[in-house]
Amino acid sequence: MTEKILSRRFDLKDSHTLKVYEENGGYIALRKALKEMSPAQILDEVKRSNLRGRGGAGFPAGMKWSFLPKDTDKPVYLCVNADESEPGTFKDRFIMERDPHLLIEGIIITCYTIRSSQAFIYIRGEYLSQARLLEQAIQDAYAAKYLGKNILGSGFDLDLILYIGAGAYICGEETAMLESLEGKKGYPRLKPPFPAVIGLYNCPTIINNVETIANVPAIVERGGDWYAGLGPPKNGGTRLFAVSGHVKRPGCYEHPLGYPLKKLLYEDAGGILDDLPLKAVVPGGSSVPVLKADEIDINLDFDSVQAAGSMLGSAAIIVMHERTCMVKATERIINFYKEESCGQCSPCREGTGWLLKIIQRILRGEGVMEDIDLLYDVSEGILGNTICPLGDAVAMPVMSYVTKFRDEFEYFIAHKKSKIETMVS
Amino acid sequence: MELTVNLKSRLDEIKRKFPFAFSSVLPAIHAVQEEFGYIPLEIEPAVARYLAVPQERIREVTTFYFMFNNRSVGKYHIYLCSNVSCWLRNYESILAYLEKKLNISAGETTPDGRFTISLVECLGMCEQAPVMQINGISYGDLTPEKIDRILDNLD
Ligand SMILES: Cc1cc2nc3c(=O)[nH]c(=O)nc-3n(C[C@H](O)[C@H](O)[C@H](O)COP(=O)(O)O)c2cc1C
Ligand code: SF4
Ligand code: FES
Repeated sequence: MTEKILSRRFDLKDSHTLKVYEENGGYIALRKALKEMSPAQILDEVKRSNLRGRGGAGFPAGMKWSFLPKDTDKPVYLCVNADESEPGTFKDRFIMERDPHLLIEGIIITCYTIRSSQAFIYIRGEYLSQARLLEQAIQDAYAAKYLGKNILGSGFDLDLILYIGAGAYICGEETAMLESLEGKKGYPRLKPPFPAVIGLYNCPTIINNVETIANVPAIVERGGDWYAGLGPPKNGGTRLFAVSGHVKRPGCYEHPLGYPLKKLLYEDAGGILDDLPLKAVVPGGSSVPVLKADEIDINLDFDSVQAAGSMLGSAAIIVMHERTCMVKATERIINFYKEESCGQCSPCREGTGWLLKIIQRILRGEGVMEDIDLLYDVSEGILGNTICPLGDAVAMPVMSYVTKFRDEFEYFIAHKKSKIETMVS
Repeated sequence: MELTVNLKSRLDEIKRKFPFAFSSVLPAIHAVQEEFGYIPLEIEPAVARYLAVPQERIREVTTFYFMFNNRSVGKYHIYLCSNVSCWLRNYESILAYLEKKLNISAGETTPDGRFTISLVECLGMCEQAPVMQINGISYGDLTPEKIDRILDNLD
């Protein structure tokens, strides 16, 4: 049995309430942090824990926090990324719905550690009911003196504001999120300077994903070494794996990093829908390269998935069985990034438009064989040439689909219809 | 166009909550949309004045974000997810059913002003695909029968 850190209260009745949270171990870590530990000690535990960012890039959290300038006279901000818009990803929603106080406790401890007295949660506009739950939880935390002035008599002050987005995937990119928090359109900023130095309102700012922050209480309570020991080297702790698509039991499953993908698919998620053969798996949200069925014998930690030629990203696992048209799948992915490109830089703005035109032409039966290489070449032209990683997020998957499922693209162009149609009984 | 009394008190609340004037722009526009169902162009100068921010700021935000409606929409705004996981779970048949039932295409509003269908990107509920939201309330594991039940129970 895997030990659950993030999901252990998920199935309790009224798990979202302060009462249930406190009755089941909640806010104990906060007391320990404020009474027994200095910010430097907590930072040290987080570094030892090998906690890596759960938002996508997997950057070590403790290292990020230590990039904050020392002895700055400016305020320091924490912005929690609850934009969760990468297709296939829904794990942060589970935390906010079922255990919002876990997130709030993580935020308070993090702010104490980084010496911030103002935190924001940036939640996507579509998570309306989750925003209402969180707002209630924040109010309850204020009433119980976990937020506000002189928290639990420690002398530490913290305000927490929930900020509601309005339907723009790009605002999940950290600098676009800062722009949005400043009341602007979500145009990503050029880096450097990094937000830890110049972030929200030109002040030092730490941005972390919801799930990243939700791990902090456990690390404080049980120590960085314990947390690090749950996963393979450099991959501390557990993850919430969000499984969707063609499986019998789609859902959110917590396991230590390094958990075998096959076990996740065939045990947790109950196997492939209708017992059809597996065709492909996307291991980290729609922006990562796809794996073919014969490439899934891997462990789910950042480094193993990368070694297999893809990325663990947001740990959103999208499963496709034999009867999935990969040409159409590619179109869905391109369409998304085309719609969500902020339009600020031309390789991404124009490139996504070209990709969509080409793939739609193929789907209409008007494609030519050269279009396959064109999809690849246009993607290659976007890759690495943009202000933010959204460009790469469309280029990498497209290159992988075109390469790994080339036969399906060729079939579509030659026969003006999907290879899948020949299979439907 | 002037701000209503209700809207003024909402904006006062927002201004108090946010330490910086600029940060109140998104929350303020959410409040405007709650009041009118969309963002009337003529209200933007009054909002800008009230928040003490340049009018371009309001325009920039109302046009950039998908959820801000620049024109009026149906009383019930249906967001149907068309992204990968919902596609794998056959959102296309749900869309066809909705379009037939309401006799409009995606992007349109019924003549009686009750329904608008919008195709949207992943709603973060992929484990329940196919998924839709109506005025912020989510419905998953959609089937034609479930659509009937949901729509027929709206007033
Ligand atoms: C286009 C784009 C969209 C992103 N969307 C999200 C998101 O929805 N949630 C998130 O936590 N990180 C998202 N990220 C990653 C953030 O930029 C950032 O790396 C992350 O929030 C840092 O937190 P972490 O270190 O805890 O992972 C996105 C990045 C890009 C380029
Ligand atoms: S890569 Fe795309 S989304 Fe990112 S800044 Fe450039 S145009 Fe905008
Ligand atoms: S793909 Fe439809 S909710 Fe995620």
